[in-house]
Amino acid sequence: MIALELVGVSKVYGEGPSEVDALRGVSLAVAAGELVAVMGPSGSGKSTLLTIAGTLEQATRGEVLVAGTAVSGMSRNDRARLRRQVIGYVFQDFNLLAGLTAAENVSLPLELDGMPARAARAAGVKALEDLGLGERASRYPDELSGGERQRVAVARAAVGDRRVLLADEPPGALDSVNGEAVMRIIRAACQRGVAGVVVTHDAQLASWADRVVFLRDGRVVDQTTPPPGPESLLAPSQKL
Amino acid sequence: MSVRHALLALLSEGPKYGLQLRQEFEARTGEVWPLNVGQVYTTLQRLERDRLVESDGSGEDGPQNRFRITDGGHDELARWLRTPPDLSSPPRDELVMKILVAAGLPDVDVHDVVQTHRRYLVELMQEWTRLKEYAADRDLSFTLVVDAELYRLESVVRWLDAAEGRIKRAAFDAATSVPSALPKLPRRVGVER
Repeated sequence: MIALELVGVSKVYGEGPSEVDALRGVSLAVAAGELVAVMGPSGSGKSTLLTIAGTLEQATRGEVLVAGTAVSGMSRNDRARLRRQVIGYVFQDFNLLAGLTAAENVSLPLELDGMPARAARAAGVKALEDLGLGERASRYPDELSGGERQRVAVARAAVGDRRVLLADEPPGALDSVNGEAVMRIIRAACQRGVAGVVVTHDAQLASWADRVVFLRDGRVVDQTTPPPGPESLLAPSQKL
Repeated sequence: MSVRHALLALLSEGPKYGLQLRQEFEARTGEVWPLNVGQVYTTLQRLERDRLVESDGSGEDGPQNRFRITDGGHDELARWLRTPPDLSSPPRDELVMKILVAAGLPDVDVHDVVQTHRRYLVELMQEWTRLKEYAADRDLSFTLVVDAELYRLESVVRWLDAAEGRIKRAAFDAATSVPSALPKLPRRVGVER
């Protein structure tokens, strides 16, 4: 089942002589349970692709379908509800609210969506415990390390019954162990049936994905074929 | 991979039999480098000849023969661990050659060539990452070996990214350049002392 689909999406910024084509007819379908990485150099359009997939921006042309529903016909309120209930978004700079504890940050989307505060808080703490952050639940963002803040941001994006998880450039090269921890969390979410898209220029992070899509100058130019099973590298022929 | 020094390292823990050495070698290297029994015994023979190990058998190689490391073997192991491998001269890398050639040929789309190699490398990295995921930190040796391979492949992908950027910029500069009044820089590369 396709959980997220971009059909011929183009995005133009500016107008007249200063017009810039950020995306040119990008089509991408991500199935429930699938993790797709989008790789490309800076300026290739990867972040634009993600913000449009996350309904934070609107496409100039083309259509985005989330869980089968076209986004273009939706009201602002409906799109906001979609972002609270269906789409989880991990921002590059995490966007945690400084005045809320880790648990409150995670439970916020549930509370905004009408879940009673006590139940939402319990779900938030549970999500943090699953990521090994149970003891940090009552800490504020500025009391957490960068890696912990990132995991809180992933927990917030994955909490509740989300169908789509989008992550913008999780920092990998700076801290490979933390980058790996974050990718394991995202993969675990996908194994529960979430459709994931990670945008990155880091090949090690991208290699956690089921499929890697390559973007250049606003176009999808290539993608990997799904990898064979893990046994292939340890076959009797031995590649090393 | 120095089988010789790996065997010395295993023997530094205590005397061992040949078959045992083979099993432990494969287990400690995450079973990524297979070793046949013949290789183990040939290497042990040479180590014995060089007086780095000694056996308590009658001189015949066989499963009943137990080996132990000598003082000379301990010294050799310590020396090897701290001797950097020779990385001083760049290897003649086939991929670098292909990209250099592609960049120089007018009828070849160099971006397409770069992308073909990039996709292949990322696909390999996906396979290694899948292995790492299944191993899930239970096996430190295996994870270290897989990490080494992932970093190696990633460095090649990063080089391709950088090469593609440079080639693109060079083409742009060539298309937009006007005759320059600046003096030409000397073409010779290197530092004059």
